Amino acid sequence: MNDIQGQDLERTPLYALHRERGARMAPVAGYEMPVQYQGIIAEHLHTRENAALFDVSHMGQVILRGEDVAAALETLVPGDFQELPVGKTRYTVLTNDRGGIIDDLMVTNGGDHLFVVLNAACKDKDLAHFEAHIGGRCKIEVLSDRALLALQGPAAVNVLARLAPPCRHMLFMTGESLSVADVPCFVIRSGYTGEDGFEISVPAEEAEHLARLLLDEPEVRPAGLGARESLRLEAGLCLYGNDIDETTTPVEAALSWAIGKRRRAEGGFPGAAVIARQLAEGVERKRVGLRAEGKIPARAHAPITEPDGAEGGPVIGEVTSGGYGPTVGGPVAMGYVKAERARSDTPVSLMVRGKALAARVAKLPFVEHRYFKR
Amino acid sequence: MAIVRYTKEHEWIRVEDGVGVVGITEYAQEQLGDIVYVELPEVGAEMTQGAEAAVVESVKAASEINAPVAGEVTEVNQNLADNPGTVNTDAMGEGWFFKMKIADPGEVDRLMDGAAYQEYVESLS
Repeated sequence: MNDIQGQDLERTPLYALHRERGARMAPVAGYEMPVQYQGIIAEHLHTRENAALFDVSHMGQVILRGEDVAAALETLVPGDFQELPVGKTRYTVLTNDRGGIIDDLMVTNGGDHLFVVLNAACKDKDLAHFEAHIGGRCKIEVLSDRALLALQGPAAVNVLARLAPPCRHMLFMTGESLSVADVPCFVIRSGYTGEDGFEISVPAEEAEHLARLLLDEPEVRPAGLGARESLRLEAGLCLYGNDIDETTTPVEAALSWAIGKRRRAEGGFPGAAVIARQLAEGVERKRVGLRAEGKIPARAHAPITEPDGAEGGPVIGEVTSGGYGPTVGGPVAMGYVKAERARSDTPVSLMVRGKALAARVAKLPFVEHRYFKR
Repeated sequence: MAIVRYTKEHEWIRVEDGVGVVGITEYAQEQLGDIVYVELPEVGAEMTQGAEAAVVESVKAASEINAPVAGEVTEVNQNLADNPGTVNTDAMGEGWFFKMKIADPGEVDRLMDGAAYQEYVESLS
């Protein structure tokens, strides 16, 4: 059990509110963040049934501005950004020369700029990367004076519409400037839970006020990063550092959908040759879902083996994220397996404390996404 | 009369007629959060003091539970197989893990009593 004293941790503008609400705080990417309030399972289930408010202000918020900013960004990512319509949001990855993933990020076309959300643990590295490679082509503004709130769950839209009526008309993966209870915000209809919901970029000095207004709505409860983790795992979404990193390519990570059609043909991003070859010839390993029988969760780094024998057979991969899925009601995991073992329902074993747990490759997500699409 | 002693790793042992009942403390269950699985030792297993005796799986992580004293496991709490959450709701009672025949009562005496443990927990926050 970690003692969080003695570390130099940053705090978000909602720190006092978290303490007041009885959150258990823990260090996350250099920030003192709320891990849970009532309990992870209760918060997880409440998010799926109602609405929950998460503080994700530790994430990086950046605006890229410039004449050819989309073309500049395309030199670093395999996504199509020159075609991205104003008001649309797109998921992409920063790649390295080997096709590995430096970070995954959300990019919204804000009209005269791109609004970018980066992982907390990667933001310094990403900013240096932007600066070094496209700093000459666009202006990089770090929005360190903004908090980020995620309102997630099926009731999120009804709650937010009371404070910002136009949010009702937004579709999944769109973003726009909205006045939320008279606070000027940038709102994106997306999230990290598999549920409908919004991420709200708000000026730091208004963040606590807005969070209190949202928490005052009867459907909303605060939720911590513990529930965010179990929600994203059930939703089959990648966690940077676990499921994707500089050694995994988007093709191996089952993120080929994020590689634009034009970009496949043209290339022009780091690692394009590696990724083109993998798209054409296939990969040796693939990210898959894993469902074990029984109740024992297999966690990150558990070896995945052929299913023979109590001690498991030859190793065919490794779990990269795993735990208990409260909505599934049992253990869920994802990891990489040899491509020829990546088909759904393939029997495998997960090795936990020297014992082989019978499991099968499973389709992702474990819990259907309920995004608001046309 | 039963005596209860505590370890720095937040296990408790309650001694009744030479038999020790072992569990984790209220503080420990709160720190672990929602418990979803408990792996218990085999009945008959011989434990040395501090040896890994059980594993608690919370939503977040797996944590080892150690034998507070040396001895032989005589019974495990079968109820935890279906209701691991009992450890959260009644850590000091129905949420016990296993019983053991205590090899050396002196080891029990050298653990913390309730007041000392309380002071220890307060020093952690």
